[in-house]
Amino acid sequence: MNHIGMLSDLGEGQKAIVSAVDYPEESMRRRLQDLGLIKGTEVICIRKSPLGDPVAYQIRGAIIALRVEDSSCIRIMYSEEM
Amino acid sequence: MGLNKDSMAMNAVDTGLVIRKRHETDKIIALGGSPNVGKSTVFNELCGSHQHTGNWAGKTVTSAQGYFEYHQNGYVCVDLPGCYSLMAHSAEEEVARDFICSDKADAVIIVCDATCLERCMSLVLQTLEITSKVVVCVNLMDEAAKKKIEINLGLLSKRLGVPVIGTAARSRDGLDRLMEAVHKIILSPENPTIRIPYSEFDDIASAVVSTSEDICDGAVTYEDKNYWKKESKIDQILTGKWTAFPIMFLALMGIFWLTITGANYPSQWLSTFLFWIEDQLTDFFHWMKVPGILTGMLIHGVYRVLAWVVSVMLPPMAIFFPLFTLLEDVGVLPRIAFNMDKCFKKCSACGKQALTMCMGFGCNAAGVVGCRIIDSPRERLIAILTNNFVPCNGRFPTLITIISMFFIGTAAGAGKTILSAGIMTLFIVLSIAITFLTSKLLSKTVLKGIPSSFTLELPPYRKPQIGRVVVRSIFDRTLFVLGRAVSVAAPAGLIIWLMANIVIGDKTVLLHCSDFLDPFGRLLGMDGVILLAFILGFPANEIVIPIMIMTYMAEGSILDIGNLTVLRQLFIDNGWTWITAISVMLFSMMHWPCSTTCLTIKKETQSVKWTLLSVLIPTATGMLICSLFAAVAKAIV
Repeated sequence: MNHIGMLSDLGEGQKAIVSAVDYPEESMRRRLQDLGLIKGTEVICIRKSPLGDPVAYQIRGAIIALRVEDSSCIRIMYSEEM
Repeated sequence: MGLNKDSMAMNAVDTGLVIRKRHETDKIIALGGSPNVGKSTVFNELCGSHQHTGNWAGKTVTSAQGYFEYHQNGYVCVDLPGCYSLMAHSAEEEVARDFICSDKADAVIIVCDATCLERCMSLVLQTLEITSKVVVCVNLMDEAAKKKIEINLGLLSKRLGVPVIGTAARSRDGLDRLMEAVHKIILSPENPTIRIPYSEFDDIASAVVSTSEDICDGAVTYEDKNYWKKESKIDQILTGKWTAFPIMFLALMGIFWLTITGANYPSQWLSTFLFWIEDQLTDFFHWMKVPGILTGMLIHGVYRVLAWVVSVMLPPMAIFFPLFTLLEDVGVLPRIAFNMDKCFKKCSACGKQALTMCMGFGCNAAGVVGCRIIDSPRERLIAILTNNFVPCNGRFPTLITIISMFFIGTAAGAGKTILSAGIMTLFIVLSIAITFLTSKLLSKTVLKGIPSSFTLELPPYRKPQIGRVVVRSIFDRTLFVLGRAVSVAAPAGLIIWLMANIVIGDKTVLLHCSDFLDPFGRLLGMDGVILLAFILGFPANEIVIPIMIMTYMAEGSILDIGNLTVLRQLFIDNGWTWITAISVMLFSMMHWPCSTTCLTIKKETQSVKWTLLSVLIPTATGMLICSLFAAVAKAIV
């Protein structure tokens, strides 16, 4: 079953597809896009840092850590089984 | 951005890029690429130079240039700062874009990481929109092969319309082919390359990313889709919930233990040797009938301080720098930033500050320049202003010497060296805590603001090139730092000797100065001589302890200083207690930055106000903490 949520909802090991990057600030949105984070990109939540934030994601072959404030601006679609 | 002689010296601050051609016919090659794709390695292998390399994004923040010849043609190679795109949102991206757009380059090499080629492709596409004189260098082919990633270079080249060359720069593999392609493309006329179909997309960035995807589709195949899972085994420990902090603590302690244990004997040998030379020199001067005053000035002034600086500083540096460089090469530093980011966020600062602090361990001036990796100007200023709290390599030996003298005794048993490493680590933890506290205070007062967003890349671990790391870190870092210390120590030794031998009124100038500073020094748990040593040590912290020794000896009668036991007695005879020792260590961690760091801060912030503040903050903190500590300790004793 498909869920709609934010990237920050993703648990460790879960996969999702980005549906929109709603970042309010232009420069950060551009930076995320440079990393390949656009509509349709597959992301895997790899690991939380020891204090829970930031969280490392696999994005187009690279591992990028994002803070919760930032990952909660990225809308995703995911399914429980993945 | 590493700690080599270029980054630590004043040329760390780049004052605009001036291309230095040797002949009119020399060609200019720009070397661009995303962060951490091995750009500096390609540069080094091409130019035979030794730009510092390290495994983390944003290491190169200034543009370097090198010269080399290939088949009788001269090339000037410009190493641009790493960037993901040319749309310029950070200072280094602007540098890269401006250079490529300026048309100064005869050819552009874009270095890509074979293990995540698709992401690097955006930069290639954007560069192709400006010029067709591009050669794509797919580096780290060896890493990709290990991860079972297959890349069809021919297909990529056909799709892009420019040469695509696979390399493994660390083993020089493919660099000849790369230069062959560069040579050809400079001679060839402009030719049509791929165009990004912008019209099909809502925004530019999506168009670029999607086009990259199309180009790599079919040309890059991942046989092992879960290759990243192997990496995560190491990360599970290094960044694990329960293991991360204990491991960081133990690793730090391990490094100090190795440094302290390993430096012990060489230090004694060196000092025995250098003081033997002093005796020979004195005899020689006598034989030459050199006037006594000149002998005093040159041997007891200049030479003795030099000998101390070399014997106390060289061994710990020669061990600490290579160890630290190894960690950097493997890719541990970004993990530290990952682990600690939440603490920085709580202080409204940037997690990348952890990286700049790590660089501060080597040299604060390099740490300050490294703060350029922090995008938000507010957070960058916080990182610059607090960098000095991290004791640099010039201050480690001071701390280590005092710990060995006053808390451990000089006998080197395993238990004792572990204890001294433990004490050292506690002091470092304290310095980190002070950094957090000050960052928090700054972000609540003069640098108000909320933490800005950030992205931190965790690069794959790479096997370090141990032999090369050791050689390079000793030649580039250790000898450079030592050279600076020595060049400062020589005049300082002369000044001390003059001060100790010129009598005004009833006492020497030195005594006048230290007596004047004495009440103030006592307030901080130290004495006038120590304070004087810190003031005279402004050009380089390495000379603080040697100056103390010189000053005490100028007034005392001990002539035979061979090892730490005698040294300890010298200090105790001059009124040192454990309170003095701890106060000196605290003050060593928290006082004004050295002159190089001050100048670097001035250049980086372009502001006298912030420079003054960067002097004021650690000095005030140090004075406050030292006087509090001294008052409490004296009340208890």
